[in-house]
Amino acid sequence: MAAKRKTPVKTRNPDLIRGVGKYSRSKMYHKRGLWAIKAKNGGAFPRHDPKPKAPAAAEKPPKFYPAEDVKKPLLNKRKPKPTKLRASITPGTVLILLAGRFMGKRVVFLKQLTSGLLLVTGPFKINGVPLRRVNQSYVIATSTKVDISGVIVDKFDDKYFAKEVEKRKKKTEGEFFEAEKEDKKKLPEDKKEDQKAVDASLIKSIEGVPDLKAYLAARFSLKSGMKPHELVF
Amino acid sequence: MPFKRYVEIGRVALVNYGKDYGKLVVIVDVVDQNRALVDAPDMVRGQMNFKRLQLTDFKIDIPRVPKKKTLIEAMEKADVKNKWENSSWGKKLIVQKKRASLNDFDRFKIMLAKIKKAGVVRQELAKLKKENAS
Repeated sequence: MAAKRKTPVKTRNPDLIRGVGKYSRSKMYHKRGLWAIKAKNGGAFPRHDPKPKAPAAAEKPPKFYPAEDVKKPLLNKRKPKPTKLRASITPGTVLILLAGRFMGKRVVFLKQLTSGLLLVTGPFKINGVPLRRVNQSYVIATSTKVDISGVIVDKFDDKYFAKEVEKRKKKTEGEFFEAEKEDKKKLPEDKKEDQKAVDASLIKSIEGVPDLKAYLAARFSLKSGMKPHELVF
Repeated sequence: MPFKRYVEIGRVALVNYGKDYGKLVVIVDVVDQNRALVDAPDMVRGQMNFKRLQLTDFKIDIPRVPKKKTLIEAMEKADVKNKWENSSWGKKLIVQKKRASLNDFDRFKIMLAKIKKAGVVRQELAKLKKENAS
């Protein structure tokens, strides 16, 4: 195959209208400089003979032919688009979690991961929410923003949050009847350090705003008379 | 009970319904039994049904169908805007608008302030009660 061009080919033959070019075939021959290429090559257009191909390995006849023809599924080249982030969610926005263990908690948004999920932190010292992934649909974005400039979030991605793969031991009969001696999975120390590092500068900027710390520590709930469709968040 | 607020030329009214909801307008002419010609400094003069208007206590001194410039001068002279914003009706509307536009964080701060105020009031009350009892 010929080498790919760095810039796409810009046609030297502008359209007068669709289907009709400005220059004729002979004029285009001259414009493209095919006469110069031929002259350089001694009167004939340069051609490259195909490289000798290595002999393909002899194909063995298959071991098994199905009784009836098996249909191949159609080729699917669909690539899902990256999740669109709502315009109201920017780094440093305070979000309200709507579902899960931490529902109602107000939390600081850090960044959107490649999977589309939002990386979020309590901060842990303030409301007990650790570095966590959260889906955009289960979140209300408030208009309160926290200064997030001192936080380094580059090292966090979806792989960081993947579950640990544990090896399963083969149990002998005696061990089956013993009570499951699994001890609680402890959080590895480096994850705790990561949490502390992210939260250190965050907490400083949060304490700069009066009442913001208490705000993040409190949970959100709908009270009597609050109409969600009329509330401004 | 006689009427106090009359439909007359120069009467300031509040629009109750429609595209100009919440605006203060001046009745500039009466079209017929149901409609008035109405004008405000920031809108094109047009007709409005009386049912869309709520009359206020304020009246300005203008001739029938004044030029826009005259209208604006008369409104400045009568100081309609400030008088409106200091009236209890006007103040109520301003507070309603403020409450509707409160942020979640603002609502939280207001809750803290209310609790604080209630605490102070309760302390004073307890003090007064003690003085009274002794």
